Amino acid sequence: MTEIVKGIAAILILFGAFLSLVTAFGLIRLPDVYTRNHAASKSATLGVMSILLGAFLYFWAEHGHFNSRVILGIVFIFMTAPVAGHLISRAAYNNGVALWEKSVQDDLKGKNSQRQIEK
Amino acid sequence: MAFQILLNVILAYTWMFLKTSYSSSAFFVGYFLGLLILFAFRNYFSGRFYLFRVYAIIRLIVIFHRELFLSNIAVLKVVLKPKLDIRPGIFAMQTVLEKDWEITVLANLITLTPGTLVVDVSDDNKTLYIHAMDIEDAEDVIQGIKDSFENAILEVSR
Repeated sequence: MTEIVKGIAAILILFGAFLSLVTAFGLIRLPDVYTRNHAASKSATLGVMSILLGAFLYFWAEHGHFNSRVILGIVFIFMTAPVAGHLISRAAYNNGVALWEKSVQDDLKGKNSQRQIEK
Repeated sequence: MAFQILLNVILAYTWMFLKTSYSSSAFFVGYFLGLLILFAFRNYFSGRFYLFRVYAIIRLIVIFHRELFLSNIAVLKVVLKPKLDIRPGIFAMQTVLEKDWEITVLANLITLTPGTLVVDVSDDNKTLYIHAMDIEDAEDVIQGIKDSFENAILEVSR
């Protein structure tokens, strides 16, 4: 039983590390702030979450140590990461960072300039 | 909902006092009996029986995790594809949700959906502006997914 849980923990940690690596690739490869934000706010979240879950399972199975702080860490990351992604892209848009030139549609354009005139 | 839970806890304590045994097992037995009583008297409350709502919340959490996993697969595919042929864009979406926390949950769900990211919420809380990784095949699929999200959230708040 312990061996099985250790195996699951190893798979989770490797998967999380792989996702973090893909996030880094995405940050380098993707063309503009918004698409990079896609990679950063999603892959990094699940990557860190599965690494934490793997560490939690390992210490539980190997040492019989139920560390509730790790669970709280998972919950906090899960709640805050999408909000952080949203805020960064919103701040970028309101500061006039341009979309990638191959972007096809921009429904926010008119609304945003209207708001700036009001200020 | 909070009132029903409070009532259930009070019934559990009443059971403990009736039994004069103050252990956690007596509390759970009392809580279960209180649950049956609340279910029998569910027509007298203004809201629904609260276990249905707890079930809806659990379903929402499961949806959250499933979407997080699927969106990671989608990002993985885009990043690791040799040719970069995405067509990003921002589109507007109307929402029927009204309360602030509902819109927050919807925005978080959309951010974790494959290929979408909320950029802005309009001042009157009626429109969400969403950045999509791949806009043409997204529109229809995303609209469908969001209908299910909105329904899941409405199921909780109703």
